[in-house]
Amino acid sequence: MLRRILGSHPLGLVFAAPYLIFIGVVFAYPIVFAVWMSFHDYFFAAPGAVVDRPFVGFDNYVTVLSDPDVWRSFGNVGIFLVINVPLTVALSMLLATALDRVARAKTFFRVAYYVPYVTASVAVVAVWLFLFSGNGLVNNILGPLAPDPSWLINSALAMPTIALFVTWKGLGFYILLYLAALQNVPRELYESVSMDGGGRIRQFFSVTVPSVRPATLLVVLLATITGANLFTEPYLLTGGGGPNGASTSPVLLIYQRGIEQGNPDIAAAIGVILIIFVLIIAALQRRLVGGEDR
Amino acid sequence: MRRRIIPVAGAAAAILALSACSGGSGGGGAGGMDSRGDITIWYSNNEAEIAWAEQMVEAWNAENADEQITAQEIPAGSSSEEVISAAITAGNAPCLIFNTSPAAVPEFQRQGGLVDLTEFEDGEEYITERSGDLAEQYRSEDGGFYQMPWKSNPVLIFYNKALFAEAGLDPENPSLSTYDEFLETSRTLSEAGVAEYAINPAPTSEFFQSWFDFYPLYAAETGGTQLVEDGAATFDSPEGEAVADFWRTLYAEGLAGQEQYQGDAFADGYAAMAIVGPWAISVYGDTVEWGSVPVPTSGGTAPEETWTFSDAKNVGLFTACENKGTAWDVLKFATSEEQDGLWLEATGQMPLRQDLTGTYPDYFAANPAYEQFGDQASRTVEVPNVPNSVEIWQTFRDGYSEAVVFGEGEIPTFLSDTATEVDDLAAGD
Repeated sequence: MLRRILGSHPLGLVFAAPYLIFIGVVFAYPIVFAVWMSFHDYFFAAPGAVVDRPFVGFDNYVTVLSDPDVWRSFGNVGIFLVINVPLTVALSMLLATALDRVARAKTFFRVAYYVPYVTASVAVVAVWLFLFSGNGLVNNILGPLAPDPSWLINSALAMPTIALFVTWKGLGFYILLYLAALQNVPRELYESVSMDGGGRIRQFFSVTVPSVRPATLLVVLLATITGANLFTEPYLLTGGGGPNGASTSPVLLIYQRGIEQGNPDIAAAIGVILIIFVLIIAALQRRLVGGEDR
Repeated sequence: MRRRIIPVAGAAAAILALSACSGGSGGGGAGGMDSRGDITIWYSNNEAEIAWAEQMVEAWNAENADEQITAQEIPAGSSSEEVISAAITAGNAPCLIFNTSPAAVPEFQRQGGLVDLTEFEDGEEYITERSGDLAEQYRSEDGGFYQMPWKSNPVLIFYNKALFAEAGLDPENPSLSTYDEFLETSRTLSEAGVAEYAINPAPTSEFFQSWFDFYPLYAAETGGTQLVEDGAATFDSPEGEAVADFWRTLYAEGLAGQEQYQGDAFADGYAAMAIVGPWAISVYGDTVEWGSVPVPTSGGTAPEETWTFSDAKNVGLFTACENKGTAWDVLKFATSEEQDGLWLEATGQMPLRQDLTGTYPDYFAANPAYEQFGDQASRTVEVPNVPNSVEIWQTFRDGYSEAVVFGEGEIPTFLSDTATEVDDLAAGD
């Protein structure tokens, strides 16, 4: 009986226990607790305070799904993903390929692309505010072509501007992923395409793109998760999700409802819906990118 | 299949961990209302308030060897309200916090984190005697006081005298009393090109921003009406519409900025006017030649009859406190006439006391710049002490941002739609 529970190598459990405990405490418990919260009339209370937290079924979900702000935030993050994910994949793959072939100052270029990624958003946001404010550098260069209202206070442009910022900021990390993947591409494949008369572009589409497909799937997934967790950028760049909520993200709403307004049950329901949203998107992407293991 | 599940499960964990925060339940418990002994307090983290708090603690500790205060600044966080809420939930809030936002008090009360000060034998009497009629704005719906009305920063219009003179305006008697006068003065400033904007309150979406644009003018226009009274929104009215129209005109004509300014627009000369409280006197004193006037009204109310927003911060006594008897005595000591006087000297912020200018005549005689604020402190409106307070302000801000700052839709529609939502929230829905 004991052997059936512990398996044939019970010592293995001892080695695995710290990791299992870590996963249980840091990931499993919060997830289960958040789902539990989303089905109860829950709010934070002082220890010892007598509070009632009744089961409310899907009430919190009904509240969330009938809130136009929530729909808008998901629409906003949809816009973000449509811009950010393809741009991230295309730019990081292209730049990684170029960097892979750079002979001189390779380290300089890699560091140059990586610096924005390791710099705190709050530090670089100020630079972007300087660039994209009404009388900022970009508008000064554009002159009469500058949008009115300006980028970050324009309902149509606020979210795309944030998507550009996040793409630029995260690019270094994704370039590194592609650079690692490119190390595994046999050089003979490039040579054979070259022998057949294929140039750099042909090599890129016939060898590089299919060879780094697993990395592409990873980049797509990570970029999607990062996008779904969007918070700092709209909070700082557009003053809390403006204009008119055009840049409010679901996580920003979670923060407002759960932390600022004291409704963690509603926040948890938004979180659960966000997970479902991301899972659907991830499944679609996996199908589109073609990440089946072969 | 298993391989497919792992990444999506990872995604799920990453997202849900964001929305899952541990909640408090069970356990805890603290001493009774008469318990005595050492206590801890938190205070705000600006230089002047730290100096006052340190001398207050030193004075108390010198006289009370068995009931010592341990004091520290409020731990860093995105806002003090979030830090306090987390401390309540964790059960490690200090006995007293000298920086409790009235807007957050209903939520702290719901959390079971605050002590009703009227449960102390002399609680009701002490608070109402010290603050007079102003105290009523801080009374909770159940009739208790879950906050000690402490100090206010009644907001006025600050204007830059040098920029006014440069634009050909009279810097000693600016024409800013009525909406028409204010708009005309703003247009003159704009046409003269002396500053980017005539006035530039933060146009951003945070729930509290309406306290520094709409609400002071609404208080003035209505003669002291809160945003919500008797459980219902008050702003869907001719007065609310007049205030919203006024601000919309400023934004529509480019006299106020729709974009967040990084820095202090008034100090930098980016805006010729600002809506600020007396804390700004020491900040702007040496850098800007400023003057101050009451906020405008449509008809031009006399200064001595003009109301404004209080921008108050109060003191909370928290249920986690083991020695509530000592905490109450410290609270009374820290809000005594002597300590309030020292507070006034150190910070320039107004203690929420009856007859403030009469209580400290020497201070106001020596500091005439503060006299206007001292007088104004008796006519301040607080945020309503109702359920869902922060959500109400966020709802209002969202509608205001759309209709007023960005000029989309009609003002009456914004007011009536928002009032309906606010009514529901104020009812606890």
